[in-house]
Amino acid sequence: MPLLEIENLTVSFQTAGGQFTAVDSVSLHIKPGEIVSIVGESGSGKSVAMLALMGLLPWTATVTADKLSFNNQDLKTIAKPDLRKIIGSKMAMIFQEPMTSLNPCFTVGFQIMESLKIHLGLNRAQRKKRAIELLELVGIPEPEKRLSAFPHQLSGGMNQRVMIALAISCNPQLLIADEPTTALDVTIQAQILDLLLKLQKEKGMSLILITHDMGVVAETAERVAVQYAGQQVEKQKVKGLFSNPHHPYTQALLNSLPERSKSKILPSIAGVVPGQFDKPKGCLFSPRCEYATDKCRTVPPVPAGDEQGRALCHYPIENGKPTNYPEEVNS
Amino acid sequence: MFLYFLKKLGVILPTFFGVTLVAFVFIRLLPGDPVMLMAGERGMSEERHAALMTEMGFDKPVIVQYGYYLMDLARGDFGTSIITKRPVLEEFGALFPATVELSVCAMILAILFGLPAGMIAATKRGSTFDHTVMTSALTGYSMPIFWWGLLLIIFFSGILGWTPVSGRISLLYYFEPVTGFMLIDSLLSGQDGAFASALSHLILPAIVLGTIPLAVIARQTRSAMLEVLSEDYVRTARAKGLGPQRVIGLHALRNALIPVITVIGLQVGVLFAGAILTETIFSWPGIGKWMVDSIFRRDYSAVQGGLLLIAAIVMLVNLAVDLLYGLINPQIRHTDS
Amino acid sequence: MAETTIEEIIDDRPTGFKAVLSEFWSYFSENRGAVIGLFFFIAIVLIAIFADFIAPHAPNQQYREALLQPPFWQTGGEFRFPLGTDAIGRDMLSRLIYGSRYSLFIGCIVVSVSLIVGVILGLIAGFFRGKTDTFIMRIMDVVLAFPSLLLALVLVAILGPSLINAMIAIAIVQQPHYVRLTRAAVLSEMTKDYVTAARVIGVKTLRLMFITILPNCMAPLIVQAALSFSTAILDAAALGFLGMGAQPPTPEWGTMLAEAREFILRAWWVVTFPGIAILTTVLAINLMGDGLRDALDPKLKRS
Repeated sequence: MPLLEIENLTVSFQTAGGQFTAVDSVSLHIKPGEIVSIVGESGSGKSVAMLALMGLLPWTATVTADKLSFNNQDLKTIAKPDLRKIIGSKMAMIFQEPMTSLNPCFTVGFQIMESLKIHLGLNRAQRKKRAIELLELVGIPEPEKRLSAFPHQLSGGMNQRVMIALAISCNPQLLIADEPTTALDVTIQAQILDLLLKLQKEKGMSLILITHDMGVVAETAERVAVQYAGQQVEKQKVKGLFSNPHHPYTQALLNSLPERSKSKILPSIAGVVPGQFDKPKGCLFSPRCEYATDKCRTVPPVPAGDEQGRALCHYPIENGKPTNYPEEVNS
Repeated sequence: MFLYFLKKLGVILPTFFGVTLVAFVFIRLLPGDPVMLMAGERGMSEERHAALMTEMGFDKPVIVQYGYYLMDLARGDFGTSIITKRPVLEEFGALFPATVELSVCAMILAILFGLPAGMIAATKRGSTFDHTVMTSALTGYSMPIFWWGLLLIIFFSGILGWTPVSGRISLLYYFEPVTGFMLIDSLLSGQDGAFASALSHLILPAIVLGTIPLAVIARQTRSAMLEVLSEDYVRTARAKGLGPQRVIGLHALRNALIPVITVIGLQVGVLFAGAILTETIFSWPGIGKWMVDSIFRRDYSAVQGGLLLIAAIVMLVNLAVDLLYGLINPQIRHTDS
Repeated sequence: MAETTIEEIIDDRPTGFKAVLSEFWSYFSENRGAVIGLFFFIAIVLIAIFADFIAPHAPNQQYREALLQPPFWQTGGEFRFPLGTDAIGRDMLSRLIYGSRYSLFIGCIVVSVSLIVGVILGLIAGFFRGKTDTFIMRIMDVVLAFPSLLLALVLVAILGPSLINAMIAIAIVQQPHYVRLTRAAVLSEMTKDYVTAARVIGVKTLRLMFITILPNCMAPLIVQAALSFSTAILDAAALGFLGMGAQPPTPEWGTMLAEAREFILRAWWVVTFPGIAILTTVLAINLMGDGLRDALDPKLKRS
C-alpha cells in the first residue's frame, strides 16, 4: 500500500502572459520508508509539484490531478483545516534557503515549539524538553543555549539543521526535502545529507529528495524520477538509471557528470529549459536533444513502457542507442 | 543595544544644536531689533531702548549672545512671552497636554483602522476590498485636512447637530485639571456627562488629525505585508500547518511591522503640522493654535521657544521610535554584539 | 537554428529614447488610476491655460445683487453663477478656474526650485563626501527636524505673508528630500564600473557629476517631484488658509477657504467647492505619482 499516490498532477499559473503550465501530468507513488529522488534543472517544476501536494501554492495556481492521496486520505477534496493537521506533522517539508526560511523575528526555540504546541498539544515543559531533544538529534551543539538564538545568529548549515528539526518534530511519515543542500558549503552539504539519511533510517519515514545533483541521487535514493520542463521524462531504479538511461535528457545529464566524462572537455547540454513563451510544439526537449528529428519537433511523445522507464521519447534509448530510430537520419 | 542607542544619540545631538541655532537666528532675521519687537507698536524712548539692549545682552557679539542663549536653555529658560509676560515653557506646558491628547487619539484611530485595513488589503490583493481601501487611502493622503475639518463640521455639527463645533468640553462642566487630559480628568471629576461631553468634543478633531496618518499607515502596511507574504519564512510557517490567522497575524505581521513602525514614527512630525490646522479649525486650545496665535500676535519669543520645544519633542519621539524599532527587530539589536 | 532566432529577437528590439518612452508607457498605462490621474491633470493644465476663455466671469468681479447665491440646482440659484457666488457676490466657478493657475504655478515653482537646489547639494554631498557631505547633511537633518508646515509658517512670518514668500518657504522645507535622494543615488552609482571607467578615461568632474551620474539617478527624483508637487499645493493652500499665503482677493483655493470659513453653516458651497478643487487636483497628481513609481522603480518591475 503506497503512502503517497500522485497521478497526473498538473499545475498551471495564471500570469500576465496567459496560463503557464509548470507541472504537466506528473505521477509518483511512494511506499513507506522509501527514498525517492526527483531530478531536474531549475525551472523543471520539481518544487512546484511538491508545493502543490502540500497546498502551499499561491492562489494564482490551478492544481488538477486524477489522484492525490496521502495515507489513503484524499488530498484533493480534503478540507483546509484537516490538511493543516497533516502538513507539518505527518508530511513535512524542508526548503532550499535555510537563511530565509526561518522567521528572523522569532527565536529558533519558539519556531520549533510552535509546531509541537499546535500538532501535539504538549505543555510548556514538555515542549522545551522535546525541542532540546530535537536539536540534539540534528547535531546542534549546546541545544539548550541555541533555543534562544535568532536565525541570523546561526550559520546556514545550523539553520538547515534547525529546519530539519522543525520538520521531524512531529515524527512525519513523509519528509520532502527541496534541494536541502544547494545553498550550503560543499563540506556542509555532505553532513546535512548524512543527517537526513540517518534520520530517515531511524524513523523509518519516506523521503522525497528534490535535487539537481546526480551525485546526490546516486548516493541516496532507491528510485529516481527525472523531470524536464514540468514533465516526467523518465522513472527508474537508481541502478538502472545510471547503467541504462532511456531518455536522451537523462543520458545527457549523466554525461555531464565529471566522474563519467571520457573526453577532456566536460560535455554540457546546450540551451536552457523552455519558458512560458518558447515552448516547442512537439517534444519539449527536442531543441536541445542530439537525436531530435522532425517528428520530435512536431509530435509530442507518449511515455514508453515500464521496462523502458516510462521514458517520454519517440525513440527511447537502450544501452546508449535510440530505438526505432529512422534509418535515413541515422545514415 | 546600548551601542545602538548611543549611535542614534550621536546623530541627534548635533541636529539639536542646529535646531537651537535656527531658533536663535530666527528672531534676529526679523526686521527691527529684538527690543523693538518686544516693545511692539507702542514704541519706546531712545534711552530705555539702549538700556534694555545692554540689560539683555544684545550689545555683545552674536556668538556670545548664542552662548547666553544656550545657557538659558540649559537652565530651562525658553524665553518669556512678550504678550503675556509668562515664561514660554510654562505656557507651552499648560497647552501641551491638549495637543498630546488630540494627537494620541488621532494616532490610535489611525493605527486601529489603518493597520487592519492594510493587512486585509494585502491578503486579498486585487479584490474589491483592496481597491476600495487603496483608493480611500490615497484620497485621505491627498486630503486638505483644514477643508476636511470644515466639511465634518458642516455635516456633523451643522446638519446633524451631533457634535459641538469647538473647544475641549462643554462650559457646563468645570473641574481642576489633574492630568491635563480632558478624557481622564472628566472621568476623575465624577460629574455626570462630563466624559461624554469631552469625547464628543474630541472625536471630530481626532478624525481630522488622524486622516493622513491613517492613509499612510494603511498604504505602508499593505506594501510591507505584500513583501513579507512572499518571503520564504511565511511559506515555512504555512508548511508547519499553521492556520492563516497565525501565519498572517503573527509570522507575517511581526516582520511587516518593522517598516510600519518607522512610518508611524515619521508621522509624529506630520501630527504637529496637522495639529496647527486642526486646532485652528476646532479652536482646540493646544500648542498648534497657540503657535499660530503667537505668530499673528507677533509674540516672537513665544514662537521661538515653541519652535525649539516642538522640534525637540519630535526628535525625542523619533529616538524612542528608533529604540522600539531595535526592540522588535532582533537583527538590529544584535548588530553591536 | 536556435541561435539565429535568438539573434533575430535581439535585433528586433527597438532601442533609443523612443523605445524607453514606449516601455515606460506600457508600464504606466497598466495602472488605470495613474492614467485617470494623468488625464485629469492634463485637463487642469488646459483649464489653467485657457482660464480667460472658459471662465464665465472675471475672478474678482462683484455682483452686488447676488451675494451668497447658491448653485444653480438649488432654489435661489441661477445658471449665470453655476456654482453660486461668495459673500461679496463673486462667481465661484470663475474663481475656481482662475485658482487652478495659482496651484499649478505654486507646484511648478516649488518643485523646480527645490529640485534644482536639492540635486546640486545632493550631488556635491555624494560626490565629495567628507566634511562637505557631513556639513550639508547636518543642515538637512536640522531642516527635517521641524514639522514642515510649522517651519514654513515661521519662515513666512519672517519674510512676511505673501504667495511668493509662501512658495520660498515651502521650497526650503521640501528640498532636503531631494538632497537625501540624490546623495543616496549618487553614492550607489559611484561604486559602479561605468563611473570608474569614465574616471579612468579622464572625464572632468563637472561632466562626471551632471552628464555621467545624474541621468542614472533620475527615477527616484521624478517620483519625488510628483509627490512634492502635490505636497506643495496642499501646503500652499494650508498657508493660504491660515492667512499666511496668497492674500485676498487672490482666487487661490486655500485663501478662498479662509474667506469662506465664517459662512460654513450658512452657505455650504463656498466651503465645499474650493476644497474639492484642491482634493481632486492633489489626488490626480498622487495617482500619477504612484503610476510613475511603479513604472520607474526597477525593484517593483515584474519580470
